[in-house]
Amino acid sequence: MSAHAIDIQKAASLARLKLTPDEAALYESQLGKILDYMDVLARYDLGSVEPTAHAMPVHNVMRRDESRPSFTQDQALANAPKSSHHQFQIPKVVE
Amino acid sequence: MEFKVTPVMPQYIVTIGLEVHAQLNTRSKMFCGCAAEYGADPNTLTCPTCLGLPGALPVLNEAAIERTVLTGIMLGCTTPPVVKWDRKNYFYPDMPKNYQISQYDLPLCLGGGVPLYDLAYPKDAQRSIANPGKVVKLTRIHLEEDVAKSTHHDRFTTIDFNRAGTPLMEIVSEPDIDSAEEAFAYLNSLRQILIYGGVSDADMEKGQLRCDVNISVRPEGQKELGAKIELKNINSMSAVRRAIKAETSRQIDCLQRGEKLIQSTRRWDDDHGETTLMRTKEDAHDYRYFPDPDLLPVHTADILARVRAHVPELPHEKRARFERDYGCSTYDAGVLASDKALASYYEDAVAADAGVSAKKLANWVINDLLGVMNDNAIAITGCPVKPEQLSALVSTVESGKISGSQAKEVFNEMFQTRRSPEDIIKAKGFEQMNDAGALETMVDQIIAGAPDKVAEVRGGNEKAMNWFTGQVMKLSQGKANPKMVSELVRKRVLG
Repeated sequence: MSAHAIDIQKAASLARLKLTPDEAALYESQLGKILDYMDVLARYDLGSVEPTAHAMPVHNVMRRDESRPSFTQDQALANAPKSSHHQFQIPKVVE
Repeated sequence: MEFKVTPVMPQYIVTIGLEVHAQLNTRSKMFCGCAAEYGADPNTLTCPTCLGLPGALPVLNEAAIERTVLTGIMLGCTTPPVVKWDRKNYFYPDMPKNYQISQYDLPLCLGGGVPLYDLAYPKDAQRSIANPGKVVKLTRIHLEEDVAKSTHHDRFTTIDFNRAGTPLMEIVSEPDIDSAEEAFAYLNSLRQILIYGGVSDADMEKGQLRCDVNISVRPEGQKELGAKIELKNINSMSAVRRAIKAETSRQIDCLQRGEKLIQSTRRWDDDHGETTLMRTKEDAHDYRYFPDPDLLPVHTADILARVRAHVPELPHEKRARFERDYGCSTYDAGVLASDKALASYYEDAVAADAGVSAKKLANWVINDLLGVMNDNAIAITGCPVKPEQLSALVSTVESGKISGSQAKEVFNEMFQTRRSPEDIIKAKGFEQMNDAGALETMVDQIIAGAPDKVAEVRGGNEKAMNWFTGQVMKLSQGKANPKMVSELVRKRVLG
């Protein structure tokens, strides 16, 4: 049993996943183990280590502001299950 | 003795913060090479990256980063030495990856502030500015990608991804704004500065500038801020003011009835002039930000150095220069500097150097040009009168070659027909008669026909001299140079 309590149902609902009780128990223990591993890292004094946002020591990879050809309308909509008005058609959503 | 105690209604303090989204005017999108354009046919500016197709990877647009850094410099922000990119996770069909690439803890700009210009306040509030010279503090400015555009039909919704992935700058203020008028001035001043920097076209009606408002109200004497209530769907400058006024009085009414306000998000309905509840804190989004593994951090030192070389003169600096160098009044300089295109027009007119004072030109630009532009709803960039033509006209009237009222007539004609002032003056026969010989003949003709008036003047009634001048002007159909005529009259009658 992990030392970390995870609200597995909340995590699932944020990810739009429906979990059976068995799955919930399984994932809860698996995610707990991942968090336990953070405790291993926390044992080290990392005060002098620069925080890293990326595993690669590379930065400032950018492109010039130039446009290039895009998909045609048909290409863009080719995989749309439904389209109308040259747009992706989806069930009505109003926030 | 009996005292009647009237309960004193508590005063309320309003605290406002603004989150402004500004579309950057780059050629291409933030993370892919699709054109960042407005008004193209739906779904013609997409690619695997901005459609969120599996396996497509984002690459940073250098110009978008530069423009955001420039905005930060213009607004006195600091830029951290290293910035990075994070994923903001949520499910909504306008964001096909199910996350938006944004910046969480290391944004491009921190701190800074927006100066509130006097003339940026609503016209009716300019005489009673509560905090003149106020600078509204900023929290941060970060760069992210815009979402697709949804259109809601009766039974379904359609989505156009042309806008998805275009660069969007979010400018977040501190809760440092005290009134609807200050919020208006904040947006208007910010807009001017963004346009000066050439970073955004910042037209609110076109959605290039969008704004969410956070409002909280608390009774005077209470230290901690009241519940933060966010307003969405505000689409114009004037709506910002209306929405804040309406929401403030709604919140005060609630508090006066003894109700408790809770943190929530409300939608502004500009047609009905009221806000309606969208969601409360309980169902607030949980975005689970984390660093985007697809993008590398940016070291900012070189970019900052490069961009610093391109910081433009800002509206308040231009205003000060117009006062100092051109002798404009504070008000005139403020009006001219409030619109970058107008200021350029004015400077072009001054540079045409037709031998007229810059101050006179400012009067013409503000009183005559702006008036007719507003009446015809024309932007200064489409002005039919060229700056050097206006300069030439003002020079002509200042030198006395045509009268003030003739000049206005010529100006209107220039505006309608785009013709040069010289052509119009000639065609209208406004050219003044400066030919001394011809004028002398006219003066003599009048003198010969009015011996009694001549006697009157010679008898000491100097004022009667004006009668002669008037008659000569009439004879010349208003073309005679009045100054020359009165000199001639004096010479011929008295001499």
